[in-house]
Amino acid sequence: MGLFDQFQDLMRSHAAVKAIGADPFGVTMERVVSPTEAIVEGRPTILVGTNNYLGLTFEPSCVAAAAEALETQGTGTTGSRIANGSYGGHAGLEEALARFYGRRSAMVFTTGYQANLGIISTIAGAKDYLIIDADSHASIYDACKMTSATVIRFKHNDPADLDKRLQRLAGTDGNKIIVVEGIYSMLGDQAPLAEMVAIKRKHGAYLVVDEAHSMGVLGDKGRGLAEVAGVEADVDFVVGTFSKSLGAIGGFCVSDHPEFDVLRIRCRPYMFTASLPPSIVASVTAALAMIEKRPELRTRLWANVNTLYDGLKRHGLMLGPQKGPVVAVQLPTPELAVQAWQALLQSGVYVNLALPPATPNGASLLRCSVCAAHSRHQLERVIETITEVAYQIGVLSEPARAAG
Amino acid sequence: MIATDEVFSAVATALEPFRKEGTPIAAETDISQDLTLDSVAMLDLLMELEEKFDVSIPLNLVPEIRTVGELADTVRRLKEG
Repeated sequence: MGLFDQFQDLMRSHAAVKAIGADPFGVTMERVVSPTEAIVEGRPTILVGTNNYLGLTFEPSCVAAAAEALETQGTGTTGSRIANGSYGGHAGLEEALARFYGRRSAMVFTTGYQANLGIISTIAGAKDYLIIDADSHASIYDACKMTSATVIRFKHNDPADLDKRLQRLAGTDGNKIIVVEGIYSMLGDQAPLAEMVAIKRKHGAYLVVDEAHSMGVLGDKGRGLAEVAGVEADVDFVVGTFSKSLGAIGGFCVSDHPEFDVLRIRCRPYMFTASLPPSIVASVTAALAMIEKRPELRTRLWANVNTLYDGLKRHGLMLGPQKGPVVAVQLPTPELAVQAWQALLQSGVYVNLALPPATPNGASLLRCSVCAAHSRHQLERVIETITEVAYQIGVLSEPARAAG
Repeated sequence: MIATDEVFSAVATALEPFRKEGTPIAAETDISQDLTLDSVAMLDLLMELEEKFDVSIPLNLVPEIRTVGELADTVRRLKEG
């Protein structure tokens, strides 16, 4: 058996997708001109699948901070946080994050993936239990694979099922650690956090909330779902990323746990990788200040969410269960989703294509993410183009069109 | 104590949609080789069995489950605590 024979099925399905047209998993952004526009296949294209929720990738103060750090501190740290890779900027960003969340401590990781991987795999010991949402991100599942803790899944966003799972563990030794996400990346729905916190308290469990898609997006201060739900004091660890609303790359965890800092010398995904380059640390620090100083970015984002979500819904398209910056258009089959995705790209609209098995319940999704920097005109064009394509492929029919 | 047969037949019923034509489900049936379910369908199936038997099947045990018989044994063992 050949080394790559194990991928035969995957290669076959990928070939089938590519046979229809452009490769949805191999798009090159030839030139990115703004947070919402790029040249793709030579065409000006509106970007509606970037996770760039606040549109800060070209924010002048972030760019200037990054440029200055690049000039004065060099291109990279070439070392781990526990060796030569902790600069003043890294410590400063950790202080800023702790302050932003009103927490005792913060740790900065090189990616968001590593933040989940590191925190979850390290805090759960061999006798402990990780109780994770069934629709958790790959980084959470991968963290679970790295532990010797017992890993139990509960039904997505189902507090009663979570309660049942914890009840079954009553009387067992070992800590119980619940892991949920603020906003789930595929359908854009939010965890029922207040109910989950009540269950956490009832069973004396710990709670980790991954606010990757909700930081800067939810809450008056932009601190995410825990802020909106009013349960920040009950969240033991907040994990997040710099690659979405903060417009760069990197990850973090904040906590009030008095012994949190021991993780710095125990958490392998923190220790055995080079730290973030100074330029990224500088732009992220500047972007974090923007979240605090410019709440109008959030106001604009949510106005855009309303425009896109309501616009697509009005035309009869099937969307995710909850309004938010991830707007997932659900199509009946993977084939139709691929066809629609390619037609959109040809019409100058880029969205993410999400297919099973990466999606919940085998859904085939045109996953749109809204940006504060989208103009009304751009979003109207996106709505119009998606709707047109939906008619072309027969997902919407003429009577609905007349009604719309 | 629940009968092995009761668990096995529930497991076999749950796996019925993934049976290849002409191949009956037996204790030795290899879940990944002899049936048509992928890893995601397997996780959904586990959820269904957890519900039916009021148990939690730890994810860590899943890689060790190769056959339908082993799956039934796992459920029964967890059920009996």
